[in-house]
Amino acid sequence: MTAALLPVPLCDYVALSAVMFFIGVAGVIVRRNPLVMLMSIELMFNAANLAFVAYARAWLNNAGHIFAFLVITVAAAEAAIALAIVVVTFRASERVDVDEVRALHG
Amino acid sequence: MSALFWIPAVVVVASALWTVAASKPVYSVVALLSNFAALAVLFLSLSAEFLAMIQLIVYSGAILVLFLFVIALLSSGIAPIALGPDRLPRIVGPASFFVAIALGVVLAAVLASHAPPLPHAAALALAGPAGAPDVFGSVADFGKALFTTYLLPFEITALILMVAVIGVIVLTGNETPYVATRRHAEQTRREVREAIAREGDS
Repeated sequence: MTAALLPVPLCDYVALSAVMFFIGVAGVIVRRNPLVMLMSIELMFNAANLAFVAYARAWLNNAGHIFAFLVITVAAAEAAIALAIVVVTFRASERVDVDEVRALHG
Repeated sequence: MSALFWIPAVVVVASALWTVAASKPVYSVVALLSNFAALAVLFLSLSAEFLAMIQLIVYSGAILVLFLFVIALLSSGIAPIALGPDRLPRIVGPASFFVAIALGVVLAAVLASHAPPLPHAAALALAGPAGAPDVFGSVADFGKALFTTYLLPFEITALILMVAVIGVIVLTGNETPYVATRRHAEQTRREVREAIAREGDS
């Protein structure tokens, strides 16, 4: 019977999701290494996923699961393209720092 | 029972902080890996079995390995990437202030809001024994929803992945199709010119 109930109230899950999201925001703002910035973006994606899954469980509606699945797909596509851009941009340079990039100016 | 939430939650927050603060990108990848594993446990506690597996396979198995490949590729040159801290001292103060305020506002809103009434009766009806085929969040349940109600989003997923693949090929190919075509045309023209010259000699 207890298997059907959540271990903690729903708002704990959502609060954890908010904490994780803002750690990701801080990473994007503070770090200048493009790889770490991308990983911070992945953190934000996963925070959103956690909120989706928590609310899906609360309402017993698996639309949230489908949307989390979509988010994972978009995150995979984003990681592939962003890493390709990183490789193309920084292959020749010695420092990997987004502030050093001049090649993308219009 | 609540340890099922709090132990992964502590791991999630600690590894997220480590991801952001690590001095080398490889450490960030390792931290992110433990973050995703703990998140998969949280998904299981929310009875999203299929998504927990997807989290482990797609995120840890594919995306993080992609990150590792890029780190290895970039650091195979002269200097290993990102030696030393790359934080910007001017930005850290205002940024952490802004992030702390935003987080405070969101947390206050979350904790002050009333959680939606959980449909316990429906939950009990749906939960059933663990591993039963049609339980909420199981593969059968998820797949039925994905291929009937949400078929169009699923098709759009395929389109997104195809666009990503084509984009990566265009970005990282050695030469663009345009350059390749032009080089081929020049070579053909040169061969024709040489053939004409040979005709003239004989």
